[in-house]
Amino acid sequence: MNFLRTVWAIVGKDVAAELHTREMINAMLVFSVLVLLVFSFALDLRGAAARAAAPGVLWATVAFAGTLGLGRSLARERQTGCIDGLLLAPVERSAILLGKALGNLAFIAVVEGVLLPLLSALFGVPLLRPAMLLVTVLGTVGYAVVGTLLAAIAINTRAQEVMLPILLIPLAIPALIAAVRATGVLADGGALADVGGWIRLLVVYDLVIVAVSMLTFGFVVEE
Amino acid sequence: MIEISNLVKHFGPRIALSGVNLSVETGEFVTLVGPNGAGKTTLLRILATLTRPTSGTVRLAGLDPARSGDSVRRRIGFLSHRTLLYEDLTAEQNLRFYARMYDLDQASPRIQNLLEWVGLAGRRYDLVGKLSRGMQQRLAVARAVLHRPRVLLLDEPYTGLDPQAARALTDLLTEPSNMKGSEAAPSNMKGSEAAPPSTKGSIDEGRTILMTTHNLERGLQVGRRVVVLVHGHIVYDERRDAIDPAMFSETYRTLTA
Amino acid sequence: MRKDVVRRSQRDVLGAVLVGLSSVAMLAALGMVFLYAPREATMGDVQRIFYFHVASAWIGFFAFFVTCLAGIGYLVQGDRRWDALAFSSVEIGLTFITMTLLTGALWARPVWGTYWTWEPRLTISAVQWLIYVAYRMLRAAIEVPERRARFAAVYGIVAFVTVPLSWFAIRWWRTIHPDILMGGEGMAIAPQMVHALVVSVAAFTLLYVTLLWLRMRLERAVNALACLRAITLQKGHSDGTHHSSKGPF
Repeated sequence: MNFLRTVWAIVGKDVAAELHTREMINAMLVFSVLVLLVFSFALDLRGAAARAAAPGVLWATVAFAGTLGLGRSLARERQTGCIDGLLLAPVERSAILLGKALGNLAFIAVVEGVLLPLLSALFGVPLLRPAMLLVTVLGTVGYAVVGTLLAAIAINTRAQEVMLPILLIPLAIPALIAAVRATGVLADGGALADVGGWIRLLVVYDLVIVAVSMLTFGFVVEE
Repeated sequence: MIEISNLVKHFGPRIALSGVNLSVETGEFVTLVGPNGAGKTTLLRILATLTRPTSGTVRLAGLDPARSGDSVRRRIGFLSHRTLLYEDLTAEQNLRFYARMYDLDQASPRIQNLLEWVGLAGRRYDLVGKLSRGMQQRLAVARAVLHRPRVLLLDEPYTGLDPQAARALTDLLTEPSNMKGSEAAPSNMKGSEAAPPSTKGSIDEGRTILMTTHNLERGLQVGRRVVVLVHGHIVYDERRDAIDPAMFSETYRTLTA
Repeated sequence: MRKDVVRRSQRDVLGAVLVGLSSVAMLAALGMVFLYAPREATMGDVQRIFYFHVASAWIGFFAFFVTCLAGIGYLVQGDRRWDALAFSSVEIGLTFITMTLLTGALWARPVWGTYWTWEPRLTISAVQWLIYVAYRMLRAAIEVPERRARFAAVYGIVAFVTVPLSWFAIRWWRTIHPDILMGGEGMAIAPQMVHALVVSVAAFTLLYVTLLWLRMRLERAVNALACLRAITLQKGHSDGTHHSSKGPF
């Protein structure tokens, strides 16, 4: 069975399912805006302070909204036993991981698509640049893949979804630091060349974490 | 078709299967009965490649589920009390998805035939979450046989079904039709008398069926052979026509005491 | 039975040797640190914490490396002893990382006036500390031993892989935005200090190995006890009453 075709079929399935109800994406969006609000109040973000804090606020919000979506996505599979349906099919286990992860990535991307213009407007930071797109994608891919792997683990523990942020966030530190720093430079008017180092770190992080996740996913789902 | 020898499965300190020996011929319809916790689900899951045995040998069509996972998966259809269907997708989307996962050619005509066969052609664009439990289970049967598996593994498929839905399921499982252009849906879905219980199983396609249930009457109704599993091993194994239903419940009670 | 006894006494001897060696090494390290190494110019005697701080940081990292390898070993071979090695190393590593954080705080306060700085080594230790704790929480949340070992192995591998990456990220971050308080180590390094450091690290490594060895032995004893218990219970059931066991589901 074609690996890519499997991945694509699973992504399509997740997107189609979400399109029917939209409950997860709505929850993630509302949650993100709420987190934004909390940050704004808690840190009294106005003017220069807002501009300085914007990259951090952006990525913190993405991280939290992300764990929400990741947890939900796998809890849904578990409910009707659908994860068994996937495992019963003659497909590569790592294709299942990638398919689920890319679906999750798409949902997080929707949230980012809303957050970026929102932050730009509210905090007065020029975040709508093509270079920013690259940083956003690179910063989220690794997170989504390892997040899916860890969500698959978390959902099988007593604490279930609650376990996910505990497992995931320490592992996301490299991507978090790199993404925030790069975003900061770009928001200050820097060019893509100025963030080359951070981009390279993100690429290495993504490659390594995706590879390790794909190699170990089979062990997570096979009893 | 299925050869199981000395199968043992532990879940940590808990012993689910303690040495099971079972042999199922091609085309047989075997019912596995036993109380809750006997290990029936575990046995089926091992055959379905979802769990690995702790020790013992398992062969399905000569293949080892733990080693040749994909080959075995292509040959089996699995149905449980959970539908394995996506509630947020329509009936048709579900079947189409699984058709892709099993890499089936000519999916559309097959999906059409199956939907007609299970009597859900009119509901194909409805979200599965909106269908009744009985309809969901019928769709689940369609999903299970989508890729024409030679072996069907059914784990308590009658759970939560009302008598009418249960009759419909029985008909689907025992009907000799192989759905290729079958025009009529099983008779009782048109409200007529329930078809007499079939004891020959779906022989024509040589399809082998292994079904678990904790409901005794159900076990005797479908199925050509009855096997009783208690505390992780087999205590009784007889052909259906050698069993006297009246005596059997007494026998069963003794076995499971 | 006899072979068992002989092996056990061999292990007792090995254990005693390890404990002995560690004690000697630690005493040597203490001697080097307090007597041999010179007093640091700017910070004074408080600087001597540095040797233990760096040594425990090193062990904290190394212990997690061992956990990662043990995880791979378990996934490949399925032998539960790999799993025992993995979580024993985490237990000990967590202790050392905690020491790193505490010694870091104790050092920072008199020298820089604050208990915490976001200095690279401290920060990466904090991250590792959180990963260790997450690992332990994961294990605590799973009841089935086989699944617990498998999940922990996967987490150990994936988590460890991110640690070097975190280290680089934190270093670059701190190069660009140095902590005003720190501005580099601020220490004048003399060759004797290097010697003291090497001895400290060696002593701590030996201590780690000894503790690991003892922990594994403890685990072995716990398992043996559990096995004996299980056998006794089963015997009780088979010649006792015919009631249904508490076994499955």
